Amino acid sequence: MADKMELDAGFSCPVPVAARDAVLLGHGSGGKMSADLLRDLLLPAFQNPILARQDDQAVVEINGLRLAFTTDTFVVKPLFFPGGDIGSLAVNGTVNDLAMGGAAPLFLSLAFILEEGLPMDVLRKVIESVSGAAARAGVQIVTGDTKVVEKGSGDGLFVNTSGIGLVPDGVRLSANQARPGDSVILSGSIGDHGITILSQREGLEFESPIESDTAALHTLVADMLRATNEIRCLRDPTRGGLSSSLNEIAACSRVGIQLQEDAIPIREEVQGACEMLGLDPMYVANEGKLVAIAGPAAAETLLETMRRNPLGREARIIGAVTDAHPGMVTMRTRLGTSRIVDLLAGDQLPRIC
Amino acid sequence: MKYLDEYRDGTIARGLAAEIARRVTRPWVLMEICGGQTHTLMRFGIDEMLPPGIEMVHGPGCPVCVTSLETIDKAIEIASRPGVTLVSYGDMLRVPGSRTDLFHVRANGGDVRIVYSPTEALKIARANPLRQVVFFAVGFETTAPANAMAVWLAKREGLANFSMLASHVLVPPAMSALLGSPRNRVQGFIGPGHVCTVMGYHEYEQLIRKFRVPIVVGGFEPVDLLEAILMLVTQLEQGRAEVENQYVRSVSYAGNLPAQKILAEVFEVCDRKWRGIGGIPESGLNIRAEYAEFDADRIFHTEKLSAEESPDCISAEVLQGLKKPVDCTAFGVRCTPENPLGAPMVSSEGACAAYYRYRRHAVAGSGSR
Repeated sequence: MADKMELDAGFSCPVPVAARDAVLLGHGSGGKMSADLLRDLLLPAFQNPILARQDDQAVVEINGLRLAFTTDTFVVKPLFFPGGDIGSLAVNGTVNDLAMGGAAPLFLSLAFILEEGLPMDVLRKVIESVSGAAARAGVQIVTGDTKVVEKGSGDGLFVNTSGIGLVPDGVRLSANQARPGDSVILSGSIGDHGITILSQREGLEFESPIESDTAALHTLVADMLRATNEIRCLRDPTRGGLSSSLNEIAACSRVGIQLQEDAIPIREEVQGACEMLGLDPMYVANEGKLVAIAGPAAAETLLETMRRNPLGREARIIGAVTDAHPGMVTMRTRLGTSRIVDLLAGDQLPRIC
Repeated sequence: MKYLDEYRDGTIARGLAAEIARRVTRPWVLMEICGGQTHTLMRFGIDEMLPPGIEMVHGPGCPVCVTSLETIDKAIEIASRPGVTLVSYGDMLRVPGSRTDLFHVRANGGDVRIVYSPTEALKIARANPLRQVVFFAVGFETTAPANAMAVWLAKREGLANFSMLASHVLVPPAMSALLGSPRNRVQGFIGPGHVCTVMGYHEYEQLIRKFRVPIVVGGFEPVDLLEAILMLVTQLEQGRAEVENQYVRSVSYAGNLPAQKILAEVFEVCDRKWRGIGGIPESGLNIRAEYAEFDADRIFHTEKLSAEESPDCISAEVLQGLKKPVDCTAFGVRCTPENPLGAPMVSSEGACAAYYRYRRHAVAGSGSR
């Protein structure tokens, strides 16, 4: 039977689904589809040099003061998860976006979109959490807004926070400043937040003691900036994971980045969950980690400084900036081979087997 | 991590690679069957470790890649109907059908959900008695028993709003088709470790008698694959052609008998069209007539739906190991994971996507071999 078959007849692939006539979930993944949306629709509409830098925050100069300004919307499901909730996440996320510009965060706005029928207790708990997180971070919520949408038009509760902070004199951090020879430093283990959320979401029955790493990182950043003026760039690898942050830096600075696989700390529970689900922790979200690009001479000092702060206790040098493969992140594997660490197209999808 | 680190150990892996290099006296073309194995080869850069004489070509074992265009179209058609919730594994949502994909169906209001197991689909059906919940079930012998179990449970519970669009495929008939082709280049196979965990490996003895080709059932970690390659090379150099089992920590000769039993209870062997390969007799599994009330293809009357595949990409030759992804002029240019021309670029187990994600820095500007 099969040995008589003519195998080369009619082998083909379909015409691609290229037309993006609707917004897909992948457009919010932090991967290539998000980057395309930014490049094709958003950046051309609002051309200006501040936006063009594509950092996590805008730094604007007003009467000699350098203000960092940023905004972020939080749509996490479930609203409460081990290690945090949407309220603390909304404060820490915006504080971190300011901190990645080297800014001391000062004031936040808080805007809710609430779905009709949301239990008042849930809202109360979220507000308490916002309040606690703001107090811990030393920022004040100074303005806000509340909208309610009809049942079915939202998913319980969405939060937006915007924030402003002051950038100290002499601090200029941007994704376009990485230079060959620089060190790549990571503040701790990756994947904790994303795997926590995934294991809670949609009743996925994966019991694990993993907690979200959500934390405000500005004190760690302040320590780092005091220790050296050789920091080129900071990023908090949130959605899209460490891979997306490093790919952005490689692209903006037109450099290559080479990582050492065995230097990247990953908790055993996170690694185990990723193996089971067919996910790569390099693409899983973090909410309390940062990656720094720093001049090679300062790397050791910086590492020591970071390790003295509880938020950077597990800090490691995970790689170096190179002039090979500009715009590309590569990894020296445990086997001594090399591979690409690519930007994903959309969301990371679990594999079938 | 235990049971993982030792199979990714650099020293052991380099030792195996050195042993392979010592034993090779002439070039050999080897194929790994399973997409998971292709993914490991690319992700860990194992091709960099092999001596130049060993050429790895990548087999048809990516379930997402070989699911026929018309099956994708059927899923899209069913998911677009009001009152239907279509659930599937994540990878399937991005596979292009004739005109659209399931992500676009969802964006246009269709209820399409990602699950991790067919029992989650049953839960969704129990929780939503007014909706028709359809599980889109693809995959090899590996995933078939769990899917069979879902149908069996649904029948036992009398779950009237659950059905399955099943498009399972079987490995041995595909290997037979590849080996029987006049264009075949493959001289040894790394057998699919997960498939054999379920089915055992006695089925492959028949293939060896017919085609005299060595088959080593292999695992999915770097050390597994290097060891399987070493075992294949040893057989080839000694002129042997036998079934051997490298993946002993998971695979037995007879396989998982309860899994085989439930599979045979719910499914029956049928002819199947493979995307990129064409029709292969007795290479698929369909839901038996006794379970017809759970067969979405019959319930939604999509049996007659057919689709013509366009001749734009070389996935056929890639899936048969005749060409490498980088031999395609569209690779990385017109065909990328965010804009796939063909299924092997869609799934992370697809050979094209694996090359693109992990290896294009090493192959840029050079031929495949």
